[in-house]
Amino acid sequence: MSDLINVSNISISFTQYVQGLNQRELKVITDLTLDINEGEIVAVLGSSGSGKSLLAHAILGILPHNANLSGNMVYKGDVLTEELKKELRGKEIALIPQSVNFLDPLMKVSDQVIGECADEAEEKEKRAKQRAIFEKYGLSEEVDDMYPFQLSGGMARRVLVSTALLSNPKLVIADEPTPGLDEKSVEETLNHLRQMAADNVGVLLITHDIDAALKVANRIAIFYSGYVIEVANASDFSGEGENLLHPYTKSLYKALPHNGFELTKGHQPLHGEIPVGCPYYERCPHKLENCDKERPFLFPIDENKRVRCFKYEG
Amino acid sequence: MELTGRNISFKYSSGSRQILKDVDITIDNKKILGLFGDSGSGKSSLCKILAGHIKRYEGEVKLDGNEIPKSGFNPVQLIYQHPEKVMNPKWKMHEVLEESWDVPDSLLEDFGIQKSWLNRWPAELSGGELQRFSVLRSLNPNTKFLIADEMTTMLDAITQVQIFESVLKIVKERNMGLLVVSHDRDLMDIICDEVIYLDDINHVDI
Repeated sequence: MSDLINVSNISISFTQYVQGLNQRELKVITDLTLDINEGEIVAVLGSSGSGKSLLAHAILGILPHNANLSGNMVYKGDVLTEELKKELRGKEIALIPQSVNFLDPLMKVSDQVIGECADEAEEKEKRAKQRAIFEKYGLSEEVDDMYPFQLSGGMARRVLVSTALLSNPKLVIADEPTPGLDEKSVEETLNHLRQMAADNVGVLLITHDIDAALKVANRIAIFYSGYVIEVANASDFSGEGENLLHPYTKSLYKALPHNGFELTKGHQPLHGEIPVGCPYYERCPHKLENCDKERPFLFPIDENKRVRCFKYEG
Repeated sequence: MELTGRNISFKYSSGSRQILKDVDITIDNKKILGLFGDSGSGKSSLCKILAGHIKRYEGEVKLDGNEIPKSGFNPVQLIYQHPEKVMNPKWKMHEVLEESWDVPDSLLEDFGIQKSWLNRWPAELSGGELQRFSVLRSLNPNTKFLIADEMTTMLDAITQVQIFESVLKIVKERNMGLLVVSHDRDLMDIICDEVIYLDDINHVDI
């Protein structure tokens, strides 16, 4: 296994006009560090609206114009510049998007999975491949000629997965591929991620579904208010959660229906209201004196584990 | 209080696939009912029919033996999976609530809604926060039945607990009926008194 992509100290902010020509900076992701090896599945776990999809967009170079990106990204030893991103996206780096709204409502699904073709020979080859992938995903031949509105939510997702696989990618970014699917289809989607990893593809799984993440991921990064607050091994999410370090991760684990459905009060700070100190300060049961004044770093615990909490400093 | 669907059959157009066939379902306010099924099995279609969002179907839906009023406030309220899709992006959050009813402060607090959020646009809130508004909006005093179609599927586990705790409290207080639709069997086992599998009541030949 070797490093496929290294993302270090990424911050993403948006420039917004407030009134007239007054601008403000809205920070959405701060200081995000992550690496993915070939054949490894890394999950980024966070609630909706926490900015995790932007990470995918940053790697693909499809952030909106008013977004400011800082930090370093290295793909297979090369600095991932905007030009390189453009060259790689849709080919070596593929996205499985979050929402079925990414499908073109006016195009037959088989045509949009194939995309542009240079000549008839290429089209024929791609069409054969598309059929084979559809077959693998249980999409029958009649689906080829359907329009997106005729698909069920689960079928539409399988179409999106097929689109990503058509180009033989090295890195697949799966943005919420599982919600809205029944258990069987979730298992199926996860199997496909496993299969990709077995074929030495690196997978970045962006999700809020802990169960799904735990089933396939090697490591899990927990995202809160734009920060990675903990990186844990999938195996740490077991028993009473005693191997988890950050209090947020612990509450998240205990809130699962089969782990007690425990209630934790409070909410994540909104973008633009993120405090100077620790982002979890308001809700934290073990806050220390300094926590609201100073922001903790992501302290390394061992080779894999990291946590952003003063309790584990030094 | 009973919401019943009798002999419900549905397909999108005359040539397309039959989605529901002769489905009978009864929801009452004595127990919380869960509806479980594979994707594409027609759960959402059934929810939309029960809530009157789909008007062209075969069969009948009755509330305590009466037709559901076609105009005015609908006592059967449906909560969708994606709150961002059901809100007018040009309305501030307080307008979204006010269109339905005057929500008392105590309830805002129960749902963990900060006063400052009321002056925000939908695009400025995350899915979890929006879903709280979406649920509160449907809790008009005239609401008799709540249909939660994958209400928390897009939310993290902590927010899921928060929203369900608030909903269950008010459902109990007001003696409302609740149908929970989800893929998550563990969740249904915790919340529902009875869970039915759609394929067991749907007579579509596959």
